[in-house]
Amino acid sequence: MNVFVASDNIISPLGFTSSENFEQLIKMHTGVTRIEKSELSEEAVCAAIIDTKKLNAEFQKQNHTNKASEIEYTRLEKMAIISINDCLKQNPKINIASKKTLLVLSTTKGNIDLLDASLASRFDKKRVYLWETAKIIAGYFKNPNQPIVVSNACISGVLAIIIGKRLLEDNTYDTVIVSGVDIMTHFVVSGFQSFKAISNEVAKPYDSKRDGISLGEGCGTIVLTNNPELTLNIEQQIFVKGGASSNDANHISGPSRTGDGLLLAIEKTLKEANVKAEEVNYISGHGTATLYNDDMESIAISDAQLAAVPMNSLKSYFGHTLGAAGLIESIVGIHSMRKNTLIGTYNFNELGVAKPINIIKDTTSAVVNNCLKTSAGFGGCNAAVFFQKVQNN
Amino acid sequence: MENKNYISSYCAAKNGEVIVDHTISYSEKTLLSVDFIKSVYKHFQFNYPKFYKMDHLCKLAFVTSELLLKSNPVTQKYSSEDIAIIISNSTSSLEIDTEHQNTISDKGNYFPSPAIFVYTLSNILIGEIAIRNSIKGENTFFIFDKFDPVFMSSYINSLLKSGKAKCCITGWVDFYENKYESFLYTVEKEQGTLKIEHTSEQIKKLYNN
Repeated sequence: MNVFVASDNIISPLGFTSSENFEQLIKMHTGVTRIEKSELSEEAVCAAIIDTKKLNAEFQKQNHTNKASEIEYTRLEKMAIISINDCLKQNPKINIASKKTLLVLSTTKGNIDLLDASLASRFDKKRVYLWETAKIIAGYFKNPNQPIVVSNACISGVLAIIIGKRLLEDNTYDTVIVSGVDIMTHFVVSGFQSFKAISNEVAKPYDSKRDGISLGEGCGTIVLTNNPELTLNIEQQIFVKGGASSNDANHISGPSRTGDGLLLAIEKTLKEANVKAEEVNYISGHGTATLYNDDMESIAISDAQLAAVPMNSLKSYFGHTLGAAGLIESIVGIHSMRKNTLIGTYNFNELGVAKPINIIKDTTSAVVNNCLKTSAGFGGCNAAVFFQKVQNN
Repeated sequence: MENKNYISSYCAAKNGEVIVDHTISYSEKTLLSVDFIKSVYKHFQFNYPKFYKMDHLCKLAFVTSELLLKSNPVTQKYSSEDIAIIISNSTSSLEIDTEHQNTISDKGNYFPSPAIFVYTLSNILIGEIAIRNSIKGENTFFIFDKFDPVFMSSYINSLLKSGKAKCCITGWVDFYENKYESFLYTVEKEQGTLKIEHTSEQIKKLYNN
């Protein structure tokens, strides 16, 4: 059975639609900025933050048509709702209220900001439970099914796409809305600061001078379907052809030194997609810009015989958006395929990883018929997913 | 083509009791949650110093998975890539999340720690089980209001049917505000000694026991 992309959206500091975001990426504009002392951190921190006024204004605008909702929504819920709404606007054939439509939510921390005393009093205590957040989002759209929540560190987004594909292959649903969202909080920033993992500048993925991550917030939504009639562009379909996850079985917070876990996920993915390494056109890497992650990736990519394939990281544009990253970066991959354009890696100057790989420096035109998206995360987890473009002329 | 899968072994820990494959293997009703979990570790003489570094949720997952895999050592039967770990709960990592929040809420007493923060992800417990047993297959952590045997059994049966895994360690591990509950089981094509078919009804029966 084929699984198609029916619609997609990115909410980030670079824009509130996929197209707005892609336009900024083509120009190599980053969403990561230096934020002086704020509620996020006592020290200045480089991060990709969505303007709250813009977010609230957009939410209010959309809410005029949804008079039934009188409950207060959290920042995270607003982002997911705006994102899903835009997917429905882009493709009116999607019926989100149908019994055949399921919501899969990818998030690492959900409404974790509600643990803070400043917000705790405004919302019911159970709102911090991820299943409750998902119910609120599904409820906004009057979707009748219990949403599925995937919370698996930084691979959550890629994993949620794979799960969406598998659920469609089982035929219980004809549409799965996969939405990945995480917000910037004092909780997350302080944790990564305690790890000394955050760069003082915008992250430099795969670069010889890389020294840590940039964090970010955002939402990415991909609507998947097993019914080609529900897609918009019948001439140019994007398929999800394969996907797999794996574990390093090595360390809970450090990436494997050998890259064998990520290699396993890539090999299983390409096997399911029935694609040989030399047929891969483009790799959207994880590229957090920590020393060890980027080294690990270079080894896995090299061992998978993919060293020559053009590869980028988008973490220096969006920051690391945790549970949203896999969705946002996959959507950029999908648009790269549609526009035959490969996005340059912002802030990448000189390769500095363990094994030579082919990092895209500047945005270029290229034939992009497929995309391998990879990710890795705490807990030793890895995941990969493969998208294929098919022209039906 | 036989498409049935079986629950070949299970381990449940709740209310001061540990059950392995229908048999009460340990009972200690006087201790509170964390102390109970530590007493399980001591009773069975697990020798794994990393246990003491783990948060409560991982400790709970650790003792239950140890007993499960002692009863049914699937790592000896399947290659590491063919064993999936797919676990769910309701409260994610909220227990340790609250602890991390307490380290950052007072500016005058600010002490966030990587040793705490690393556990603020529910799937770390999958990582701990994977490391302990060298398991490299599929891993996913799902969050549900309540344990959902219908979704879990259907998802895992598909995974086994498609060959993406040959065996799955799965179930529910939850720890929050001194309430704890763990129910882990192995699913494979072989019947094992339990001979219980892997269906949502059978899972419900075992879970509610």
